[in-house]
Amino acid sequence: MFIETAKLASRAISRNLLRSFLTVLGVVIGVAAVIAMVTIGNGTTAQVQAELSRLGTNTLFVRPGQLGPGRASTEAKRFEDRDVEAIRNQISGLRAVAPMNRGSATIIAGGENRSSSVIGTTNDYLIAQDWDLASGRTFLPGEERGQPACIVGETVRRELFGATDPVGQIIRVSNIACPVVGLLQAKGQSGMGDDQDDTVIMPLKLHQRRIGGTTTISSIILPAQDGVSTAKVQSDVEGLLRERRRIGIGRDDDFDVADMAQMAAAITGTTTLLTGLLGAVAAVSLLVGGIGIMNIMLVSVTERTREIGIRLAIGALEKQVLTQFLVEAVMLSIFGGVAGILAGLTLAYGAVGLLNVPFVASPSVILVAFLFSAAIGVIFGYFPARRAAQMNPIDALRHE
Amino acid sequence: MADAPLLEFRQVSRFYGRGEAMIRALHRVDLSIRAVEFVSIMGPSGSGKSTSMNIIGGLDVPSSGEYLVQGIPTTNFTRTQLTLLRRHMLGFVFQGFNLLARTSAVENVELPLVYREMPPRERRKRALQALEQVGLKGREGHTTQELSGGQQQRVAIARAIVTDPAVLLADEPTGNLDTKTSREIMDLISRLNRDRGITVIMVTHEEDIAAYGKRLLRFVDGRLTSDEMRVREAEHVH
Repeated sequence: MFIETAKLASRAISRNLLRSFLTVLGVVIGVAAVIAMVTIGNGTTAQVQAELSRLGTNTLFVRPGQLGPGRASTEAKRFEDRDVEAIRNQISGLRAVAPMNRGSATIIAGGENRSSSVIGTTNDYLIAQDWDLASGRTFLPGEERGQPACIVGETVRRELFGATDPVGQIIRVSNIACPVVGLLQAKGQSGMGDDQDDTVIMPLKLHQRRIGGTTTISSIILPAQDGVSTAKVQSDVEGLLRERRRIGIGRDDDFDVADMAQMAAAITGTTTLLTGLLGAVAAVSLLVGGIGIMNIMLVSVTERTREIGIRLAIGALEKQVLTQFLVEAVMLSIFGGVAGILAGLTLAYGAVGLLNVPFVASPSVILVAFLFSAAIGVIFGYFPARRAAQMNPIDALRHE
Repeated sequence: MADAPLLEFRQVSRFYGRGEAMIRALHRVDLSIRAVEFVSIMGPSGSGKSTSMNIIGGLDVPSSGEYLVQGIPTTNFTRTQLTLLRRHMLGFVFQGFNLLARTSAVENVELPLVYREMPPRERRKRALQALEQVGLKGREGHTTQELSGGQQQRVAIARAIVTDPAVLLADEPTGNLDTKTSREIMDLISRLNRDRGITVIMVTHEEDIAAYGKRLLRFVDGRLTSDEMRVREAEHVH
């Protein structure tokens, strides 16, 4: 009986193929939007989490101002060398204290030039980032005090030096002649999708003087030692910095100490909010799609009044007619759902390629989307189906 | 209730609307039909003949009075019970054939069996047998549009008898057909009545079609005005 009903329904649908397609378009778009958004969101989250697990969750990032959803980075005072010294001397349980300033500059070597990210920091930065050298050495004490020296990333090497070994060569970074002392190991893309190997690292002092034109520091990276509570270190650092920056009791911090998990939460929090909003839009679109199905099913029931009359007269029970039209509506909406899932996955596949995040299709979301579209068929198909089932056979047979 | 009539009206009335606009379609009609009868019903339009057919067919219910099937009153039947009555006892043939469009002859005939949830193979077998009985062997796969009016009515008759009903209800079965085809259809219906013992109740407004029946009822203004057995007349003629 079920096969019979399904056959009837698919015949009715294919009889008006274009109309059926247009009917389910709303559901297709709604489901596609949900699937695409969730898949892209999952990819972003997976990327951030991969980054997290690589860096470990016990690294703290100290920045001036407050960051996070709904909070603007205010023009808070940057850090000074003395702050870094104070952290180094007064906070225990840290593996490294890496102050850093970041900018971008044109790098020239031989006939080639390239705009890359330039980080001014200390050797601690490499410890904090677990970043090893492929060749050469780290900064000497004299260089840490400001003598020119550069460590280049893999992308910089490839683009500027090709096959030659960069160590021992001189590059120009914003008109600073800088001998290359080391080459970083290739690291790939970061959680935000930028190329971490397109980097030149130089001593902080050199960076401050010659590129930043400042004596301040924009952020400090603090990896905690293994087995040390990150929360404890975090509150110690916050306490110290509040004191140093003279923030009275009851006033908010004008700086931010966050671990990778909190950073990730801030990033994914934004994503979640966006996904939620788009999900709401998608839900509305599904609702509209459902109304479309109801509308066309009502038209279909009216068109087929006579047919319904015949079926009732020759012994179809109310519930059999109801089932027939319900199955038709559900079939329509499931077609829409499946088409939407395929469209959504295709869309997401293209988008993750552009965004440089992994493609993470979630089977549970696909299942939910499928069931949801079926449910739409049931909910919006019920009223027209009941109308068909409750027709008076005499009137229905007389209907032209 | 072995000797109860197959179908019986007791003081059946049917009104439509209310107050001033009320239409009295049937007025206190008493009627009983025994098994294997062939009854023709005649009367001008609005006389109550179609209303009677609808009530006999379980498509309509009396406003007052009782309609009994095999001695059982149907007064308190639910919609589902009326459907089951149609499904198990009655076969319908309509003036306009009422076949499903774009559907093959055999599928049309199978339809009542589908609702009985009969297995597909047996269903197909019985539908083909029914089509053979109405002389449509070889046209099983033709869709409704590919068949002539007479052929369509034969498919409709096959659909009505495929369930082995006790009663065949025919509402102007030849109304849309030419004289020659009408005769063929009436011969078929007479044969079903004679050979298979199916009770036939037929509404028509043509005397020569009504003459196929063995009993003739005439309705005027919602009342049964005459009820004559024509078998005796035929015997007198001999």
